[in-house]
Amino acid sequence: MNASSRLPTVDRSLANDDVIQVSGLSKSYRVYDKPEGIAASISGLFRRKHRTVHALQNIDLSVKRGEFVALLGPNGAGKTTCLKLLSGIITPTSGEARVLGHVPWDRENAYRRRFSLVMGQRNQLWWDLPASESFKLHREIYRIDAGHFDRIRDELVDLLGVRSLLLQPVRDLSLGERMKLELVASLLHEPEVLFLDEPTLGLDVVAQHAVHGFLQHYQSARRVTVMLTTHYMKDVAALCQRVVVVMHGSILYDGSLAAFIDRYSTHKLVTLEMSNAPNPALLARWGSDVEVRGPEILVRVDRTQVASVLPELLEIPSIVDITVEDVPLEEIVASLFRSNDSGNSRTHDGAPA
Amino acid sequence: MTAMQTKSPHSSDGSDYSLRDHFRIWRTMLTISLEERLVYRGDFALGTLLRFLPIVTQVFLWTAVFSAAGRSDIAGYSKNDIVAYYLLAMATRAFSSMPGLAGSIARGIRDGSIKKYLVQPVDYIGFLFAMRVAHKLVYFAVALGPFVLVLFLFRSYFPAIPDVGTIIAFAASLFMAFLIGFFLEATLGMLGFWFLEVASLLFVYMLANYLLSGHMFPLDMLDGIATGLLGISLGDVVKMLPFEYTAYFPAAIWLGKISGPAMYQGLLIEAMWVIVMAAACRLAYDRGSRHWSAVGG
Repeated sequence: MNASSRLPTVDRSLANDDVIQVSGLSKSYRVYDKPEGIAASISGLFRRKHRTVHALQNIDLSVKRGEFVALLGPNGAGKTTCLKLLSGIITPTSGEARVLGHVPWDRENAYRRRFSLVMGQRNQLWWDLPASESFKLHREIYRIDAGHFDRIRDELVDLLGVRSLLLQPVRDLSLGERMKLELVASLLHEPEVLFLDEPTLGLDVVAQHAVHGFLQHYQSARRVTVMLTTHYMKDVAALCQRVVVVMHGSILYDGSLAAFIDRYSTHKLVTLEMSNAPNPALLARWGSDVEVRGPEILVRVDRTQVASVLPELLEIPSIVDITVEDVPLEEIVASLFRSNDSGNSRTHDGAPA
Repeated sequence: MTAMQTKSPHSSDGSDYSLRDHFRIWRTMLTISLEERLVYRGDFALGTLLRFLPIVTQVFLWTAVFSAAGRSDIAGYSKNDIVAYYLLAMATRAFSSMPGLAGSIARGIRDGSIKKYLVQPVDYIGFLFAMRVAHKLVYFAVALGPFVLVLFLFRSYFPAIPDVGTIIAFAASLFMAFLIGFFLEATLGMLGFWFLEVASLLFVYMLANYLLSGHMFPLDMLDGIATGLLGISLGDVVKMLPFEYTAYFPAAIWLGKISGPAMYQGLLIEAMWVIVMAAACRLAYDRGSRHWSAVGG
C-alpha cells in the first residue's frame, strides 16, 4: 500500500479541511417496553408497546484533520451511537455524514481501508491464536505490502512494549495486554481516522498510562484524526484538545478542553496543610464545602474570590503549606450532567448503547 | 469458491481488489481457521468419532425390522441396501451438515461481535465460507481413517463400484450438498438480524431436515404416497425441496437408485437450490445488516 493509493485525488482538497462532516444526523430506535412479571411477558407475546428512543437528535459536527476529540456524556447519551454511525455499522434515521469524503454507511471498501474502530474489549483478535496470526490476516485484508507491514508492526509493537506477547495465544493474555494488541491490530493499515470507544475501560492505572502515552505519541507523530468516547476524565485530560459533550442525544458543549473548564468550573480547590488539628468551622466564611482530611483542609473557593481570599488564608497561624488547584474534571462533568438532567424531563433517552 | 467471488453490492467500489487479492485473503483465513481448529484437537477428535455411533444403532434397528417383517425386501430395499444407504447418507451429511454455523452467526449478531466484519474491508459471507471449508478439511482429516475402516468393514453390503460417470455425478452432488448446507444454515443465522434468537427456528429446520433429507429413511419410500393432488406423490414434493439434496440424493446416485435423465434433472434442481440459497443468504445479510441496530455496545 503506497501513499498515493491511500489518498485518492478526490480527497486532497480535504487535506486541510474537515475530515468528518456531520449535519442534522439523527438516529432513533424502536424499542419495546417489557413490564415486569410473567403475566406481562405473556401478554407481550401478543401486543407490545413500542416506543421510540431518540439516541441522537440533529447532530452537527465537523472535525479537522489531526484533531483529537473526546465525546463525553453519561451512559446512553448517544456517544457510541455516534461512533457506530460514523464507522458505518448502523444507518441513520435522517441526516448526513461524510468521513474522508465517504458516506460511512455505504460501507465502501475504499472507506473501510482508511479508518479503524476500536471498541473497548471486543476483540478483533482470534481468541485461541497468537496475535501475530491475526495480524497476518489484517495484512491480507488491508493488502499491506509485506516489507511495509513488518516495519509498521515492529514500530507499533515496540512503542507499546508488547513484542514478547506476539506468540502467546490471546486468551492467555491480561486485559491490558490484549488492549495493547488490539490497538496494534487496528493501526496496522495506518488508518487516517481512528474511532476509539472506551479504550481504557477496565484497565489498571499502569496500563491506562501506557495506552495514553502511546495514543498521544502516535497521534501527534502521524496526525491522524481521533474521536474517542470515555468515562475516564484522565483520558480526556491527557489526550484531547477538544471536548464534545453529548446529553440526551444532543450536543451540549463543543469546544476546547480549557474553555470547557473555564466555563463550567466555578470554583478553585484550595488545600491548606496545618501543623495542628484544624477547626473547619473557622474556615466556613471563605468558601463552601470545607473538608478535613487529616492535617489538611480542603476549601472550595469561588473563582472570583480566590485573589482576595488567599492573603487572608495565609494569615492563619498554624498553616504550613497552601496549594490552589482546578476542581477535578470528573467533578465538573458530573455536576454538568446532574444539572442538565434535573432540568430535563426526557431522562429515558438511553439508547441501547 | 463461488461464494467468495460473488461481489456484494457494497464492494462495487472495491473492484481494486482483484481476484488474486480475494484468493490471498481467503487462503490466509483458511490457514488461520485451520490453526484455530487444531487448538482443540481433543474435542474435535472425540466429536468426530462419536458421529459413527448412530450408524451402529441404525444397523441394529433395520436388522430387527427385517427379521420382524419376515421379508427380504422393504420398498425395494434389501437389508444390505439399507445399511449401504445409511452409510452413504452419513457420508453425505458429513459434507452438508454445518454444526454451529447458524447459531454462531446469530450469536455474533446478538452480542454485537459481528461488527468487526462490518468495519473491515472483508466480505462476511466469504469469511464464513473460508471458515467452514477449514472446518470440513480438519474434520475429514480426522474422520478419514474411521470412515475408510467402517466402509471396509461393511464392504459386503455395497453393490459393485459404479462407472466413472456415476462417480463424477456423485462427487458433483456432494459438492453441491456442501454448498446448499452452507448457504441454508448461513441464511437461517442471518435471520438473527431481525429476530435475534433463532434457536427455535433452527429446531424446526433440523426437524424438517431430519424427515425430508433422507436422514431417517430412504426418500423413494415416499414415492407411492399420494398427496391427493392431481396424482402428485409426496416423493414429488420432496424432490422440489432443498433437503433431499443434503443426504438422500448423492447416496441414491451411488447406489444406482437414480440414474439417467432423472439423475440429470436432480442435479439441475440441486444446482438451482445452490443459486437460490446463495442469493437468499446474500440478500439476508445485506438487508439484515442495514436493519440491525447494532445492539450490545
